[in-house]
Amino acid sequence: MFPHILLSLLIWIPVLAGILVLMTGGDENATIARGIALTAAIISFLLCLPLYLLFNANSYAMQFNEFLPWISVFNINYALGVDGISVPMIILTNFTSLIVIIAALEAIKYKVAQYLSAFLIMQGMMVGVFVATDSLLFYVFWEAMLIPMYICIGVWGGKNRSYASIKFFIYTFIGSALMLIALLYLRLQANSFLISSFYTLDLPLTVQILIFLAFFAAFAVKVPMWPFHTWLPDAHTEAPAGGSVILAALMLKMGVYGFIRFSMPITPDASLILSWLMITLGLIAIVYVAYIAIVQTDMKRLIAYSSISHMGFAILGCFLVYSILRITGNYHDAYLSIEGAVVQMISHAFGSGAMFIGVGILYDQLGSRLIKDYSGVAKTMPVFAAFFMLFAMSNVGLPGTSGFVGEFMIILSAYQAHFWVAFLAASTLILGAAYTLWMYKRVFFCPVVAGSGVEKLKDIRSSNLVVFILLAIGVIWIGVYPEWLLHLLHASVDHLLHISIQQRL
Amino acid sequence: MGFYQLLPELFVLTMACVILLVDLYYPQKKLLLTYSLTQMTLVISAFISFWLLNTPVFIGFTGNFVRDNLSSFLEILIALVTFITFVFSRDYILSRGNMARGEYYILGLFSVLGMMVLVSAHSLLTIYLGLELMSLPLYAMVAMKREDRNASEAAIKYFVMGALASGMLLYGVSLIYGVTGALDLHVIAQSILISANQSYTVLVLGLIFIVIGSLFKLGGAPFHMWVPDVYQGAPTSVTIFVSAAPKLAAFAMTLRLLAEMLPALYTQWQPLLIVVAILSMGIGNLLAIAQSSIKRMLAYSGISHIGYMTLGILTGTLAGYSAALFYIVAYVFMTLAGFSMLVLLSRQGFECENLEDLRGLNNRSPWLAFMMLLVMFSMAGLPPLVGFFAKLAVFEAVIAVHLVWLAVLAIVFAIIGLYYYLRVVKIMYFDAPTSHELISWQLDMRLVISFNSLALLLFGIFPSALLTLCHNVFL
Repeated sequence: MFPHILLSLLIWIPVLAGILVLMTGGDENATIARGIALTAAIISFLLCLPLYLLFNANSYAMQFNEFLPWISVFNINYALGVDGISVPMIILTNFTSLIVIIAALEAIKYKVAQYLSAFLIMQGMMVGVFVATDSLLFYVFWEAMLIPMYICIGVWGGKNRSYASIKFFIYTFIGSALMLIALLYLRLQANSFLISSFYTLDLPLTVQILIFLAFFAAFAVKVPMWPFHTWLPDAHTEAPAGGSVILAALMLKMGVYGFIRFSMPITPDASLILSWLMITLGLIAIVYVAYIAIVQTDMKRLIAYSSISHMGFAILGCFLVYSILRITGNYHDAYLSIEGAVVQMISHAFGSGAMFIGVGILYDQLGSRLIKDYSGVAKTMPVFAAFFMLFAMSNVGLPGTSGFVGEFMIILSAYQAHFWVAFLAASTLILGAAYTLWMYKRVFFCPVVAGSGVEKLKDIRSSNLVVFILLAIGVIWIGVYPEWLLHLLHASVDHLLHISIQQRL
Repeated sequence: MGFYQLLPELFVLTMACVILLVDLYYPQKKLLLTYSLTQMTLVISAFISFWLLNTPVFIGFTGNFVRDNLSSFLEILIALVTFITFVFSRDYILSRGNMARGEYYILGLFSVLGMMVLVSAHSLLTIYLGLELMSLPLYAMVAMKREDRNASEAAIKYFVMGALASGMLLYGVSLIYGVTGALDLHVIAQSILISANQSYTVLVLGLIFIVIGSLFKLGGAPFHMWVPDVYQGAPTSVTIFVSAAPKLAAFAMTLRLLAEMLPALYTQWQPLLIVVAILSMGIGNLLAIAQSSIKRMLAYSGISHIGYMTLGILTGTLAGYSAALFYIVAYVFMTLAGFSMLVLLSRQGFECENLEDLRGLNNRSPWLAFMMLLVMFSMAGLPPLVGFFAKLAVFEAVIAVHLVWLAVLAIVFAIIGLYYYLRVVKIMYFDAPTSHELISWQLDMRLVISFNSLALLLFGIFPSALLTLCHNVFL
């Protein structure tokens, strides 16, 4: 009985808890709100355990299926299910939300209930995105997530928050609105909104290209791919620390997830024809945006640009498969590349999420995000500095940390496609080291400037320490033993890759 | 004879006359008796219509009257919507001098009677009768706040424009009558089919006038000029009334005239409606951005919603009609909640009319701010609110008749429209309040507005029942 509603529980427990938290009212009941939110987050995270253990990684089929008719007039169903790609994303979502809620216990001082409730509802919606097997249900979750995020950036954000939040909302809405048209068109052809029913459609090339572009609008904005990335630095910079973490660790991943789940399997021929474009945009993100990151003076902006650069890797990993198959015909390399993209998605979540929380801790104490306002933090906050070093190293892609695994897999397979693609992709190792370590040096080392406030900084304690330890475990675990993640992926990635390279004309 | 089919109309008519007399001869403080009788009348008439739902289609009284599911369903909604409107009127008119008169409710009831006649009209004559009976009391209600210059101006504008629209419609009706020699909608439809190509030009001319007349009443561009002025100038409680219930009736009129009477001219009226839809969505959404008065903003937003609704009608399919019905129902409850909120936030000597007046509402009353947030996101068409499924249904219908470009255009306008809805949320949530006046604690208003807004969410999460209902109405 229990596994049959596991996915629903994962969606609705946080949402119901969010409503409950909202009902506790003003800040005089903040303790109750915190208690409920933390309990719900822990329960949801623990529910991932049966998900991981009961999941059969040898099968590519959707598991834990749930199916209820939802809107019979349009044949829209409440259809849930997970495969090997969604399971790690769900675990990641629940893990990240737990981290954000623990971090918020200390950091958020006003409108606590509303803040926690926004994140809990967002958590439910994000799980929904990863488990929906009905495309319209997917769309509903995809869009519903925007509302709490908008409120979150706008209410608890920095000085320029209204601008950043509206920009974030409109940008993402433009993309997803076009996706809606594509979904409606596909449903007209397939007579069903089930994603799997789209996989068997044989569409003419022009239609495929138009649908690919509609999906591209939605997913490229979300990833974000250069040149649709401009909302991200603003949103990241202005959002509260928790919002930045959710944005970087989860929302960006949904774009890549969308490419893997929708664009490539539904429009394989268009993906093949346009793969050069995607590879180019991915490389531009990797190289050009990394250069932009170097010159940033604001720590959050720097990490935001570094996120765009890292997500370029994931896109590259997805669409390289077409070049690899054309040039070498080696299926195994193509497979490695797309699996690398998924690993990159997960590992980036730990590194960048942790760094955003770190900057949030500094900002709470000193009220500045600028690199120049800090110097010698390592002297007053040694524990914090040590943890931050680990996450910075993961961002750089040091072997032994999570950042290395995905990048290595993608660079390895890129070499099969083209030398110069691999060369440009590999340059990120140098550029990444440049912007990350240079920032680290300026903020954490150098002598403490008297009167800058750095000498009064307090090192991390209690809840923040827990957060950092959890994140550090994630970073090192994937870095040292990625197999626990990879074994989930094999069958599903193999299946999706097969669909994505079929000729359907 | 089937007189019982007329029961809702007869009941409202009788009660309106009774209440008129009661109000005249029974002196009362605070109009409590008039108010309760009016509300009771609406509730009972809704129940009678509900009882008549799912009875076989009845066309009677020499073809002037039809009782089908569409008419019963819309009669229920009209009664319900008016009921909600009057809940927000009770306190409002008492604290605003000249408006505190029993005539307010009586005029409202007569207008409701007109709407009911309109939705169950089956001949051109009854349509015109219902239309005029609906409109005339509305003009008077807009003008009830006599000392207010804006209200008088709005009333004159409304009256002149409304009369013009009626004239247009009447002219179109006379042309169609001239060609077919009939007033009954079905007879006209058949005689056009039989005698194809005869006097085609005159028919098309008649069609154009009829479309213009209908769109005037719906408030679609380019016949929308009166909408912002009237919505803004009228007392807010009247604005709620004008912006909601008559749209349901005008929708029924448009559908009966185009889909029932002139289906043969489908290829003629589809392009007309495409132009109207694009203009309404464009003008509505673009001009709403520039407004600083929230009443005007909601007026332009209403124009754009009429545009989206028109998308459903212009498909000429049953799926399209039911999508349009779903849209107009969703729209009516959204606009109801939006304007009601303004009434709730107003008090004696202060009218909540500008966007600035909502500043920092989340700090003053988180619950009301959340309700308004639901309304705004529903209007913007975001899931999981009912406005999303309304747009989805309409887009689905449009794509099904291969007008994908139109759907894309509609989505582009929806994206533009998103901005001003987001701005309202921004003002409520992100800005600091400028006023710290307590918001009135009228329990009935708060309850109704909460139910209304939560219904937007509920029908967004479980839209199936309402969608199926709107679908079955046309079967």
